[in-house]
Amino acid sequence: MYLQNSETMTKQAPDITLKPKVTSIVKINNLNVHVGQHHILKNINLEITKNKITVLLGPSGCGKTTLLKCLNKLTDLYTELRVSGKIFIEEDDILNTQKNVPVIRQKMGLLSQLPYPLPISIYKNVAYGIKLKGVRDKKLIEYNVEKYLREVGLWNEVKDRLHNSPTSLSIGQQQRLCLARGLAVKPRIILADEPTSSLDPISSKIIENLFRKLKKNYTIILVTHVLRQAVRLADNVVFMYYGEIIEQGHSKDLFKNPKTEKLREYMLEGN
Amino acid sequence: MNRRKIIEENIFKFLSGFATYSLIAILAFIIIIIFVKGFNSLSLDMVIKTPKGGYYYGGEGGVLNAIIGSLDIAFGATFIAILIGMPAALYINVHLIRYKRIQNTIRYLLDALWGIPSIVYGAFGFTLMLFFGMNASLIAGIITIALLITPIVVRTFDEVLSTIPIGLYEATLALGSTKTETAFKIMFKQGFSGFITAVLLAFGRGIGDAASVLFTAGYTDLIPLYLNEPAATLPLAIFFQLGSPIPEVRERAFAAAAILTIIILIISLTARYLSKRYSKSNLK
Amino acid sequence: MILRRFLFDRITETWMVTALVTILLLPLIIGIALYLKALPLFEIQNLPHLIGSSEWLPTDGKFGFWPFINSSMYVTVLSFIFAAPVCLLAGIYLTQFASKNLVRIMQPVMDILAGLPSVIYGMWGILIIVPFVGNVLAPFLNINSSGYTMLAGGIVLAVMCIPYMLNMLIEIFNTVPIGLKEASLSMGATFWQAVKHVVIRKSYPGIISAYGLGLAKAFGETLAVMMVVGNRVQITHNPFKAGYPLPALIANNYGEMLSIPMYDSALMFAALLLLVIILIINLVFRYFIYKTKTR
Repeated sequence: MYLQNSETMTKQAPDITLKPKVTSIVKINNLNVHVGQHHILKNINLEITKNKITVLLGPSGCGKTTLLKCLNKLTDLYTELRVSGKIFIEEDDILNTQKNVPVIRQKMGLLSQLPYPLPISIYKNVAYGIKLKGVRDKKLIEYNVEKYLREVGLWNEVKDRLHNSPTSLSIGQQQRLCLARGLAVKPRIILADEPTSSLDPISSKIIENLFRKLKKNYTIILVTHVLRQAVRLADNVVFMYYGEIIEQGHSKDLFKNPKTEKLREYMLEGN
Repeated sequence: MNRRKIIEENIFKFLSGFATYSLIAILAFIIIIIFVKGFNSLSLDMVIKTPKGGYYYGGEGGVLNAIIGSLDIAFGATFIAILIGMPAALYINVHLIRYKRIQNTIRYLLDALWGIPSIVYGAFGFTLMLFFGMNASLIAGIITIALLITPIVVRTFDEVLSTIPIGLYEATLALGSTKTETAFKIMFKQGFSGFITAVLLAFGRGIGDAASVLFTAGYTDLIPLYLNEPAATLPLAIFFQLGSPIPEVRERAFAAAAILTIIILIISLTARYLSKRYSKSNLK
Repeated sequence: MILRRFLFDRITETWMVTALVTILLLPLIIGIALYLKALPLFEIQNLPHLIGSSEWLPTDGKFGFWPFINSSMYVTVLSFIFAAPVCLLAGIYLTQFASKNLVRIMQPVMDILAGLPSVIYGMWGILIIVPFVGNVLAPFLNINSSGYTMLAGGIVLAVMCIPYMLNMLIEIFNTVPIGLKEASLSMGATFWQAVKHVVIRKSYPGIISAYGLGLAKAFGETLAVMMVVGNRVQITHNPFKAGYPLPALIANNYGEMLSIPMYDSALMFAALLLLVIILIINLVFRYFIYKTKTR
């Protein structure tokens, strides 16, 4: 199994990198994660292309979310996890660096399954990250809050109640607020962990449209187990199964003729 | 800017760690002081003899009367508390399972009840005693302590019962059991770890409480034989002997304190051990 | 057979309901009983006078409770000043920073601290805290003091209240969803900033409630305080002087309660006062906690 994987890997890797002007922003070498006796991520090797939507696809519990959390070192919160290997983000090896972790994390915005608005006002939610960067100029903060709320299409809906608690917003609005909040720290990458799984279809559509718009300026890594969402959004797809990468490649090639039995099965069940 | 953040983080990490470890240190400090002082004067006589003539001037004897009295009161009160508390907790979690609002209101009231200080229970026990024309006695002490620890039994047992999935309850009803049979046969067994914890917690609280028995149980040098006789208790024995100007008597207070501390240590460690064991076996 | 089963069912159910109702009515019954006993006192003095007056001459029939209420509040606040920061810091450390092993060790430590009887704390206070205050702290500050002081009472009370408040705080901090912390961290907050801005902020109502309930517990604690606080009827704001809290008043004088006219009424009134104050604090802050839990 392992040999077969590395074969497909080497076949495909040049595919992506040889194309002109395509640069990778994230490189993962031999990433392994253990919890006690369990090996939950096995020898992950992966490159993620700039300004594309890369979808991590796979059934629940296959390690997609863990992989995502490794990228911005949120794995630190779970002391039982043991992480080894290398993750390069813009040439920085973030797992073995002396660099300030908050600075690394600010390169990435996180959108989680449930919106987690901070227990402060809508305005302050967006301003939070800007202030963390050390910006003190009130005008500048105000300008940025409006800019990012407009970017996620929330400005008109909340401009009259900026100082209310975000709990008064609908879940879909809250999720967009969290996206605006994440964008406000000016990340290069957006990490999205099944961001639409708790939303209604209309809100999901808004988020998906936002992603299509945002990929001009950001690299988006999206975790999902919904096949159709992957088909709709993905430029590149990474298919994972029980902690391993089974198959990866351009979305169109991959879904047209899947090379492995696992992905074929998954696609059949997904439709 | 960044340096300041890191320094702040380190300062608070240090302070909070210091606060945590100092709690362990305080506990160790208290226990060591009690044991060092107590074991100096602890002798077999202390545990197997009642106070003899001249005991309170440094004469011969021990605190067996208080040990027996405390155990009597704690056992009696725990028994009553189980009789009242266990069915009440089961009722909340079986018959009222569909009424979330009522359940929450009851829990809310019980929690508030838990906060009433023991001296108030003591004063209440005293008025009850006067009302029924009784004297300070074993039974008055038992009833007062029982009132004090019943909320503890209910709430602790309830805490575990409330985690039992509703599916189990429905499955048992579907087999044809009545609600009451479900309560006593299934829910009781499933929540047994909580029951054990509740009983031990209540027992520990009952044996250590002084303010409520001060009014109601009285104090005597004899071992109580009947429910209407007054009874000595360990906490009060410590309290009274500490107030004595004679060093030998004060020494004995230290010994009695060591005995009480050992009893409490055994109870709380057993409670934790048993509740862990039973909750494990529940999972299998 | 079926009839017997049915009958058994009825009887046990009645037993269960009676037990539950009895427990729930208990505070009311206690309140009424104490009120009836305190009633004669209301006939000679009105309530504001009872609470506000500081004349305490039981043999002359003068009952002013202010010195006792004042002492109680003073000792309680003193203990709160010592206990509150320690609890908050330890709660944060145990839920955010500590290793699993430390948490495993702390669990029985808190169990035992909470389970030790108050007479043990009192004895420890007499052996350690009183001499410390009287022979070390007071001379250091050039004050003459026996050591049996409100300060000693406050310190002993603080140690007794810590496990109680800490337990509640840990429970509250643990209800903050980890996703919130992740959100804050992913925006570039340091770990401590995430704790400060998110965990503490989110638990704010819970922290206030835990503190309130801790205060109520300190207010009603009897024996340990009584053993170290000096028990002298006086109004003072000097922590190096003796005080006389309400619970100590009741416990100290039960012996002669029936020998002085109206004295029993006065002591029962003190108990009623304690009950009402503590019950109200408990009901208010428990309500707070339920609100935050259900939200």
